Amino acid sequence: MTMIFGIPIQAFLGQLLVGLINGSFYAMLSLGLAIIFGLLRVINFAHGAQYMLGAFVGFLLLSYLGIGYWPALILVPLIVGVSGMVIERLALSRLYDVDPLYGLLFTFGLALVIEGAFRYYFGVSGQIYTPPPQLSGGTNLGFMFLPNYRGWVVIASLFICLGTWLLIEKTRLGAYLRAATENPILVQAFGVNVPLLLTLTYGIGSALAGLAGIMAAPVYQVSPLMGSNLIIVVFAVVVVGGMGSILGAIITGYMLGLAEGLTKVFYPEASNIVIFVIMAIVLLVRPAGLFGRDA
Amino acid sequence: MTTDRHASPALANPLLKVRDLNAWYGESHALHGVSLDVGEGETITLLGRNGVGKTTTLRAIMGILRKRTGQIEFAGRDLMQMPLHRTAHMGLGFVPEERGIFSTLTVDENLLLPPVVSKGGMEVEEIFELFPNLKERRNSPGTKLSGGEQQMLAIARMLRTGVKLLLLDEPTEGLAPVIVERIGEVLSTLKKRGMTILLVEQNFRFASRIADRFYLMEHGRITADFPVAELDQRMAVLHEVIGV
Repeated sequence: MTMIFGIPIQAFLGQLLVGLINGSFYAMLSLGLAIIFGLLRVINFAHGAQYMLGAFVGFLLLSYLGIGYWPALILVPLIVGVSGMVIERLALSRLYDVDPLYGLLFTFGLALVIEGAFRYYFGVSGQIYTPPPQLSGGTNLGFMFLPNYRGWVVIASLFICLGTWLLIEKTRLGAYLRAATENPILVQAFGVNVPLLLTLTYGIGSALAGLAGIMAAPVYQVSPLMGSNLIIVVFAVVVVGGMGSILGAIITGYMLGLAEGLTKVFYPEASNIVIFVIMAIVLLVRPAGLFGRDA
Repeated sequence: MTTDRHASPALANPLLKVRDLNAWYGESHALHGVSLDVGEGETITLLGRNGVGKTTTLRAIMGILRKRTGQIEFAGRDLMQMPLHRTAHMGLGFVPEERGIFSTLTVDENLLLPPVVSKGGMEVEEIFELFPNLKERRNSPGTKLSGGEQQMLAIARMLRTGVKLLLLDEPTEGLAPVIVERIGEVLSTLKKRGMTILLVEQNFRFASRIADRFYLMEHGRITADFPVAELDQRMAVLHEVIGV
């Protein structure tokens, strides 16, 4: 058996893949958080709940309406995104003029309400969401066995992150978004409907969380707690990447996923805390984050 | 434009009409009943010491400062109740004192950022003829430009949009004489093309080259209104009031 650093290569690559899968979800989720924080200055604690909502909406579409995975990839982000826009219009938009802490408290409360409601109706045990037939089974890569769905998640998440990054860096909407992040009043004085832009941005961030949720449904079990387990790690990713940095959120998401996977190989006991250790070190050495700008 | 039209404090049919404008920063009462008129195609300069409310007047007209009372009409339309993002679409362009160039946007993106609000704006190529420096630096981040180039970009990006009135806040502040000269030429060109300009400026000599009329501000009020022809005879008083 081939060994690498005294570890069987299969185990090594297997954990690396698990790390890459987790990293894909970290990247998609921290990306949405970074976009929302950048423009709205709201730390969206409801992001985990919106991810869970995405998985559950996918699950409910399948079990009650027979709508499968592929249409759900479009429908779920739309539903979660629109629900996000309603939340922004009705509630978050009223909190911009007060201390940012209120936005955090509101989204935290909202997360508890959403998760509580799903716990009440579905209990805490996970529901199974089978991957679509096109992506079931696996491929033997020679050195390891890759479940097809997991390969799909890694590739799709890369495209989603790249697409979102291009949207922000290369389009007119993205230019409005970046400019409004710097100076919302001036952008509004130029005639851009900034309140609408804020609503749209929260919608896009929520939709990304929902999309990550439906993609996670076949990998992890669909459970009301799936979001709250993940969101703390994702916040650590955002802090390490630098609050509000889009590219930082993406790269750090994959990096920390891989770091977690590697730790599982070499020192499994530390795998649950390695991300937080990295976060603590980054905060000490570079408080603005790896990709953040010093304030 | 006739001088007797200038001499009358209220124009018959001004493009911008401000009456009894009061404005506050929090509890601090900054404007105490400002009234002024800007006729179509006119260039008006607001003079006054630092802190008398010149910038505040521009910000209140634009609607950036929302705590305001009184009357502001532009082309016959009431601006008081209008949301900030609608005001630009009426035809008002704002060039702030701090220039407001976005660091995460390239020069091109900064230039193309303000939406076109009506026909009659300049084409990008025309703008680059007016500001050749900007063309060379199209792909640089906006804030990598020199102060003078940033000021030019701040003016340039309002020219594409087809606005009728430019609110310019101290465009020559802190710039080298040769750049001030260049900005003067640009504003003269705009004036010839029929742009209406409301300018806040400390630099008399610069202002006298392009302004048709002056308003003098003291303590949040307008205290004098005179045409450019009277500038010389008022110079002594102005020096005393403004202290430059």
